[in-house]
Amino acid sequence: MTARIGVITFPGSLDDRDALRAVKLAGGEPVSLWHADADLRGVDAVILPGGFSYGDYLRCGAIARFAPAMASVVDAARGGLPVLGICNGFQVLCESHLLPGALRRNHHLHFRNRDQVLRIESTNTRWTSDYQQGEEILIPLKSGEGAYMADEKTLDALEAEGRVIARYVGENPNGSLRDIAGITNEAGNVVGLMPHPEHATEALTGPSTDGLGFFTSVIRAMVAA
Amino acid sequence: MPASTRVVVDVMPKPEILDPQGQAIANALPSLGFSSIASVRQGKRFEVEIAGEATEEALEEVRRAAATLLANPVIEDFEIRVEVAQ
Repeated sequence: MTARIGVITFPGSLDDRDALRAVKLAGGEPVSLWHADADLRGVDAVILPGGFSYGDYLRCGAIARFAPAMASVVDAARGGLPVLGICNGFQVLCESHLLPGALRRNHHLHFRNRDQVLRIESTNTRWTSDYQQGEEILIPLKSGEGAYMADEKTLDALEAEGRVIARYVGENPNGSLRDIAGITNEAGNVVGLMPHPEHATEALTGPSTDGLGFFTSVIRAMVAA
Repeated sequence: MPASTRVVVDVMPKPEILDPQGQAIANALPSLGFSSIASVRQGKRFEVEIAGEATEEALEEVRRAAATLLANPVIEDFEIRVEVAQ
């Protein structure tokens, strides 16, 4: 059995092809999904890719949230479907209220494009189980609105429940509160991550292959089930 | 009865949310000679035309639209006011 992983393309998505490719490299069957189609084609998991959906109009991810495909994703995620939002996908997940908080403009106002070291803080999610707790990985970061914000109460709850899944190591690249690079929901099936694991899946094109773990995590668990 | 009424929705980042754009503007002002401005917060203004008069029902709909789409209540506050025609 092969896990079928869908990647939704929105108008303005950039990294949908790389996400599809990462799924394939990790041993899954990639399935292209379209924002205007509410049918998720029976996939086992969904990835919301990076990019600038709807030109980032209004707020990043604010318009994508109302796409027909997203209505299906929100329902399915509440029922346990694994969903990974990368960069713009993370913004869409916050705007959809599948994850708490919001992503804001980098505190220095510059677009930040670099290979970034992250520390995996929780392996207790559908997308991080193939990593080791405390493992450091190197994957690209490329975002202008990557600063994670939430009120103190929400941040404390995320920390107490082990829902911060990755933190920036070294200089904080965007002013993200508590160096947060990624979080998960209470059930651990929905994960949002600002840097890009799909760009670190092959030695030829990435700074490492450290990003593969996000994709193998969800695929391995499904094949074993 | 007016054919349409303009409602203004002002959206501002919550006071506790860092506003790097406003700070950048505030930092630029002294070099242009605007020395008495101590700080700047940057927000958004939406001008919404509603059909007919600004009934409580119509304003409630604008309020819901603001809370659902125009503002993200996690990080932003909004205020609604009817613009009086001159």
